[in-house]
Amino acid sequence: MTAIPKEEYLLKCTSACAGCSSSLCLRYVTKAAGPDTVLVVPACCTSVIQGIYPNTAMDIPVYNIAFAAAAACASGMSNAFRALERDTNVIVYAGDGGTVDIGIQALSGAFERGTDFLYICYDNEAYGNTGMQRSGATPLGARTTTTPGGKPTPKKDLDRIVEAHNPPYMATACSAYPLDLYKKVKKALSIEGPKFIHILAPCPPGWRYSSEKTVEMGKLAVKTGSWVLYERENGALTINGPSKAAMKKPLPLEDYIRGQGRFKGITPEALEEMRRQIQMTNARLSREAEGIC
Amino acid sequence: MLTIATGNKAVAAAVKAAKPGVIAAYPITPQTEIVEQIAEYVTSGDLATQYVPVESEHSAMAACIGASAAGVRTFTATSSHGLLYMHEMVHWAAGARLPIVMANVNRALGPGWNVWAEHSDAFSQRDTGWLQVFVSTVQEAYDATLMAFRIAEHEDVLLPVMVNLDGFTLSHITQSLEAVDPGDFIPPVRVPHAIDVENPCVYGPLTGPTEYYKFRWDMERSMRDAVGVIADVEREFAERFGRQYGVTEDYRCEDAEVIIVAVGTLGKEAEVAVDLLREEGIAAGSMRLRWFRPFPKLDFGGRDVVVIDRDYSFGFGGVVAHSIRSTTGAEPYSVIAGLGGQEVTYGDIAGFVRTRQPGAEFWFGVNGNV
Ligand SMILES: Cc1ncc(C[n+]2csc(CCOP(=O)(O)OP(=O)(O)O)c2C)c(N)n1
Ligand code: SF4
Repeated sequence: MTAIPKEEYLLKCTSACAGCSSSLCLRYVTKAAGPDTVLVVPACCTSVIQGIYPNTAMDIPVYNIAFAAAAACASGMSNAFRALERDTNVIVYAGDGGTVDIGIQALSGAFERGTDFLYICYDNEAYGNTGMQRSGATPLGARTTTTPGGKPTPKKDLDRIVEAHNPPYMATACSAYPLDLYKKVKKALSIEGPKFIHILAPCPPGWRYSSEKTVEMGKLAVKTGSWVLYERENGALTINGPSKAAMKKPLPLEDYIRGQGRFKGITPEALEEMRRQIQMTNARLSREAEGIC
Repeated sequence: MLTIATGNKAVAAAVKAAKPGVIAAYPITPQTEIVEQIAEYVTSGDLATQYVPVESEHSAMAACIGASAAGVRTFTATSSHGLLYMHEMVHWAAGARLPIVMANVNRALGPGWNVWAEHSDAFSQRDTGWLQVFVSTVQEAYDATLMAFRIAEHEDVLLPVMVNLDGFTLSHITQSLEAVDPGDFIPPVRVPHAIDVENPCVYGPLTGPTEYYKFRWDMERSMRDAVGVIADVEREFAERFGRQYGVTEDYRCEDAEVIIVAVGTLGKEAEVAVDLLREEGIAAGSMRLRWFRPFPKLDFGGRDVVVIDRDYSFGFGGVVAHSIRSTTGAEPYSVIAGLGGQEVTYGDIAGFVRTRQPGAEFWFGVNGNV
């Protein structure tokens, strides 16, 4: 078993909500990255979780930047470290809103330029910081404060957009599988160039479930095939163990949906559409993993 | 109908009453409640509008520009970094002469991430060609938003209007609100240069040195005309709905020997300071500045002026103090107070008046004076 370092870079008593899985992920990401790391953080829950001046919950430097600018800022920083001949890790830790919506332009630019950095999108499928409005990553049918009747359109497929930039390494992860996340961060940081990890991070207030169910929620996402764990190294796809199992024998989608208040009142049509999309994505990924496409 | 509402909800209610054809918006604290309330109206069927939940403020303003150019009434709301992020499009909206209405919930700018009230966000847009009004109560937020559509869409103006309300101290407090049925006070919008496929034109094309300045002058002429339009619309509003506003809201100014000028909720707080000072025998008055663009012609009749700026132009001074110095010749006592939500009470304001030094600048809280 990989030994996870005891050092903590995210200290206790943050202002995260109880059961916040994105801060759990942050803890593992920073453990994997170690102290020679700068986190670039756009506006998101993390900009609150990190602490309010003059206090901080982080034991590594955190560079806060305007919402749309994280990848561009990290790109400048990474180039500066190169000029200084320093090996410091530059990691963007951004929410889904800051990634799939307002920040996607900067993300695309940084990837196209071949920036040496790791971009992590923790995906709680809404704008948590401002109180749960829809983002482009909110799934079909989910209620948010700006889609009180349920989101009419499906989740934006961020991974395929990133994939189109052909980064040397990209992966998905889930907060319910921290060891897997830890290893992926380690691997990403050992590779030169733009790397990307997309983490599904269940969020109790946003998804409307009680906070002790956070790990269970993440596991259900994977076991129902709603979230697929995989890695793509220089284009070659590997589906990770838990998702391989889920693809063979998925749990019913309802098991995942049922416990979440945000899906209350979802129409049968939306549910069917969600099922169809999951099946399509899973089929596409497994074909690709088998080298069929 | 009399209800109670927050400043944000009052704005949303006024928007509902004005029935825009397109609303494009992006959430940002402390404005978010406006966007959410409008989404509720749309979902519940109380407001029939195209609600476009865009991916950024730059896109929010761009969407409003497209919609307004197509000839429909448009609205958006933002704050602080959102406003700055749309800056390019904020210029564009005015230059394209589009009567967009936007609520800006005033908030400080980072870094030093701060969500509390400050006017630097709005003042940073002062040269964009937008009209700007600052309100101080929930009712005024409602009334000004409603009037903003009338003013922006007036054929002599056709410039966008920004309705500014202080973050939290107004956006999130509840007061009573009388919503009105605007009836024909808000007639259907008419954008004379709306896109018309029957009459194809190019909008905003390449414009050389012999033409460009004419468009700029035309904007300035409309700004000057806006002074009269604002007065007319506010007068008509008073006649119909019984609430009267002006470019400033003057309080006990007639016999005052010193006048406090402040913007937004601090302007209301100044009225309480005036009462306190009067009890002490100091003849104070207050003039809350409502319209910042077009900037009004003020007259202090040679009396002392204390200006409170909730903003600062670095290396220069308080924006309101300087505006007053350059337009009236007065030498105000310039107080910089309330930045990033710094608490300023009426007692503090009374203190500024008691210890005023005309012509000097004073930063509240610096050198241990809070
Ligand atoms: C230009 C700009 N617009 C809006 C905001 C307000 N804002 C701060 S964080 C946020 C949402 C963040 O959502 P996401 O990226 O999904 O991260 P989460 O909060 O869920 O962690 C918004 C809308 C801002 N800071 N700057
Ligand atoms: S809103 Fe969600 S992501 Fe944000 S701190 Fe709370 S639990 Fe975490």
